Amino acid sequence: MIYQGKQKIWSEYQKEIPDDKWFYVRSCIRQNFFPASEKMLMEICRNILKKDFYETEHHTTCGGIAYHCDTIPQETAMTIVARQFALMTEAGYENYVASCITSFGNYTEILQTWHEFPELEARIREMLWKACRKEFNKPKYLAHSSDLIYKFRNLIAEKAKFRLVNRETGEPLRVVEHIGCHYAKMFPSKGVGGAEYPYVLAGMVESWGGNVIDYPERRHCCGYGFRQYHIKANRGYSISNTHKKFESMEPYRPDMIITNCPGCPYFLDRWQYVIAEMEGKTYGAGGFGIPVFTYEEVAGLVLGYDPWDLGLQLHQVAVEPLLDKIGIPYRPEDKYKGLDRKDIMRPGLPENMKCF
Amino acid sequence: MGKLYDMLKEDYRIKEGLKTCINCGTCTAICPAAEFYKYDPRKIVDTVQRGDDEEIVQLLKSDVIWYCGECMSCVTRCPRKNGPGLVIMALRNLSARLGYFVCSEKGRQLYPLTKMLTGNILKYGYCIYPDTFRWEDHVESGPVWKWHTEHLEDSFARLGANFRGEGPGVLRKIPQESLDELKSIFDVTGGTERIENVEKFSAEKAKEMGMSMEEYFNYTFGHCSEGHLNEEQL
Repeated sequence: MIYQGKQKIWSEYQKEIPDDKWFYVRSCIRQNFFPASEKMLMEICRNILKKDFYETEHHTTCGGIAYHCDTIPQETAMTIVARQFALMTEAGYENYVASCITSFGNYTEILQTWHEFPELEARIREMLWKACRKEFNKPKYLAHSSDLIYKFRNLIAEKAKFRLVNRETGEPLRVVEHIGCHYAKMFPSKGVGGAEYPYVLAGMVESWGGNVIDYPERRHCCGYGFRQYHIKANRGYSISNTHKKFESMEPYRPDMIITNCPGCPYFLDRWQYVIAEMEGKTYGAGGFGIPVFTYEEVAGLVLGYDPWDLGLQLHQVAVEPLLDKIGIPYRPEDKYKGLDRKDIMRPGLPENMKCF
Repeated sequence: MGKLYDMLKEDYRIKEGLKTCINCGTCTAICPAAEFYKYDPRKIVDTVQRGDDEEIVQLLKSDVIWYCGECMSCVTRCPRKNGPGLVIMALRNLSARLGYFVCSEKGRQLYPLTKMLTGNILKYGYCIYPDTFRWEDHVESGPVWKWHTEHLEDSFARLGANFRGEGPGVLRKIPQESLDELKSIFDVTGGTERIENVEKFSAEKAKEMGMSMEEYFNYTFGHCSEGHLNEEQL
């Protein structure tokens, strides 16, 4: 295809995403904090869209958080990743999809470094053989799982039971999209739309009926900062960055936030709670916060899944005002029930931020 | 150019991240850490590219190299395709190798980070794991997370996780042979040596500070002195 004009400018940010046959690796943070999103991704890809999505129990962390907390050498991180690639090779796959943005950035950086320094790739191959007696092929295609949902966004829209529309006014919901830093800031050409104007989440929002809000600090980091969160003494860094983002988006009155990074939805949700408890300030209407979602949670909602099957009860910011706005039904009495509606009590409530 | 500079140049992150810095300061302008901490990536990159060992050793012993959040926003915006965040990673790596990290408060945090993260990787196969993410250490996770951690098995079962279970799935038990392979990778690639190095230098520092290792862990994890932040006048 020959690109001209604006198409030519954008052509280097178009990403080829294969339709099928993926080797899937999970995210450490998402498995802990958004387990139902990991499950929903499989549900969409395997059961709704009937794609070949392979997972082995032998895959592990990619080591990305430990690497970015500077606790393991680069060679260790690279060899852990090489082992993951060996598992993909053993299983007979060529397309590799990671559910974590830190992992996706890690894989991208490693493949690029090996491309530029082949002697390093050779050394890592030797180390992997010495440590595990394994060999590997590099993936033919590397994707983040949000790339796949972006690719399938219109298929999801065709099957949708709800749209991101205010049912009373008929107006599209105002949606903030937040992209994890390591999706494209290091290697803009590896993400859909690049680093400055990523389209991976905006495309989903538009396809599902919402309007994307542009605001000054749209591309600012959520504040995770790896060691700046995992060490208690440093967490002022983390909340300060989230605070900056919320102050910047507040005048645009967002209805919701959609994210594609494991940590970002946790931080944007929890630091709203902390800001409310520390300063009494809430960013949503009527004393509520602005609900923050993973892209699978949003996909699950528009497809008509029960909000509590999607794990929305594990958010600290109440999601009910948004469900009411869209017209999604839910049973309040089931929110904190266990399997088969087992009674497992319910959490306490924040003092300054409304919650159910 | 000195010996430390030569050691830094061996790091692939310096090869990738430090070409020719023109000192424009775009990295500092975009940097989330520079807005919060007394931190200026432009100055750090400039110091490294001067190649003066005395200046580099000061950096390796300082708090400033530990202020970065490794978000890599600087990489996108650098007009000369440098990666100040990558330069920081190389400096931290050298500081850890040589034991200079114990000379600064933020550097000493490498001990609890190493214990937590490499401990989780080698024991469970995950960087983060429910058994070690204690609510008491993370009260910001809110009352909903306190409730979740008090009903861990039930809550994960409700959401379709395979917590501690056999086979694939969310938070599955990673097979022992895979954990053994991770340990072997750590042994072969310098990961185990790094852990031992951090423990050795931290133990010496804890002794110097008159603390047990448990006290040293808690202190480095939780204590923040005045003077790190931009808004603080000291």
